[in-house]
Amino acid sequence: MSIRLTKPWQPAASARVLPAQLGVYELADADGRILYVGYAGGRSRMGLRGTVSEACAEIPGAHCFRVEVTSAYLTRYRELLMAHVADHGQLPEANAPEPALGRLSPL
Amino acid sequence: MELALTEEQSLIVDVVRRFVREEILPLELHLDPDADELMPDDRDRLVAKTQAMGLYGLDIPPEYGGPDIDLVTRTLLAIEMSQHRAGLYAPCYSVFGGAGLAQLFEATEAQKERYLYPTLRGEKRGFFGLTEPSGGSDPARAIQTRAERVGDEWIINGAKIFISGADRSEYGLVFARTDVDKGRNGVTCFIVDTDTPGFHVRRIVHTLRSARYATELSFEDMRVPHANVLGEVNKGFAIANDRLSRQRVPYAAGCIGVAIKAHELALAYVPERETFGAPLATRQAIQWMLVDNELDIRQARWLTLEAAYKADAGEPFRKEAAMAKLVASEAGSRVVDRCIQIFGGYGVSKDFPFERWYREMRIRRIGEGPSEVQRHIIARDILGASLR
Repeated sequence: MSIRLTKPWQPAASARVLPAQLGVYELADADGRILYVGYAGGRSRMGLRGTVSEACAEIPGAHCFRVEVTSAYLTRYRELLMAHVADHGQLPEANAPEPALGRLSPL
Repeated sequence: MELALTEEQSLIVDVVRRFVREEILPLELHLDPDADELMPDDRDRLVAKTQAMGLYGLDIPPEYGGPDIDLVTRTLLAIEMSQHRAGLYAPCYSVFGGAGLAQLFEATEAQKERYLYPTLRGEKRGFFGLTEPSGGSDPARAIQTRAERVGDEWIINGAKIFISGADRSEYGLVFARTDVDKGRNGVTCFIVDTDTPGFHVRRIVHTLRSARYATELSFEDMRVPHANVLGEVNKGFAIANDRLSRQRVPYAAGCIGVAIKAHELALAYVPERETFGAPLATRQAIQWMLVDNELDIRQARWLTLEAAYKADAGEPFRKEAAMAKLVASEAGSRVVDRCIQIFGGYGVSKDFPFERWYREMRIRRIGEGPSEVQRHIIARDILGASLR
């Protein structure tokens, strides 16, 4: 499994037909710049469908998304944040500071 | 072995039991079902409470400022502290603190100044780097990470896997082979700063345990000063082995705590839930499951307390610790499995904690030495020299 998400980007409007499973997602602007990394966890009402739809509506500039269905959503979420920091030196701009986020040096 | 708890033990167990029920369980209702951390404000508030109770840093020896608690009492508390959803791998979300890495109590004064004391003050974190891709059950032979001495430094090359907390630590204990011809007597323990060039956390290892994750490490020409050797060169496995035996007792206690909580939930559920016009509690099939739970819990509890009692008495307890770990992890798995069966569909939903316990309890039969290694330890002990 790749550390970074490699699934194809989909338009924000198609979030409402996503499966309601648990997993992680990324939102990007029209240039493909990642704005936000999030997850649909065990308390989400409609899994990725509900969580991604809400995030697309709330985060300014969100143009497209990609998802990965996984029951290990918390560890995968932290891994994606750490990989983003390793690649870009900072968290995605719409992510709040994450207390005690680890450091990763992915190949 | 004394069967009854002392007045002091009863008091302290009761305090921790109330803490779990009044402070931890209400917070958990609002956390993600797989969470392993509290919100920072909640954590700080509860740490202040455990400090005020005199119960912070339970595993810190009294000479370093910890409460003076024997292993039997510590085991009883571990049973209580694990009785919530995250309790198996994050008992009370660590608000009772930790001892850091117990091996550092044997470090030189300079090493203590740099690593142990900051850890006890909560300023630094450390990881324990033993297991390698070549195997974890027989680390003395499986370790392929090499350390070669050049002047006053060691150059380390190799890899580790299933290492918890390495991505968030300032230092770690890394075991490396320093003499290829000496087997278990050719392994040395190094204290490694994680900002050392050549130290890499390559990835998270995703497992059934979906919150507290493990990592994979690689070391590429990582230079470590000789002053960072912990203990003696080629004597590192004794350090690792000591930890493995001691850890098995509280490890077993965590399994028992979760089993008790699961059983308690089932006992409350069966008089309420009806099938075919009668409560589940009246069904013999259910009654026998509950009886088996009760037997599993009591057997595991006594074996675990016996191991703790022997350790406190200064007697050999390696066999007893292996028995405790083996029985508690397997009994805990059976209890959680039966409770899921009793709860039916709810049992496997994230509305209840059983599914998390079921996943995490499966790992307990592998971590800290799998069941087969525990049986091997017990067999070697009861058969004596004839097996060596």
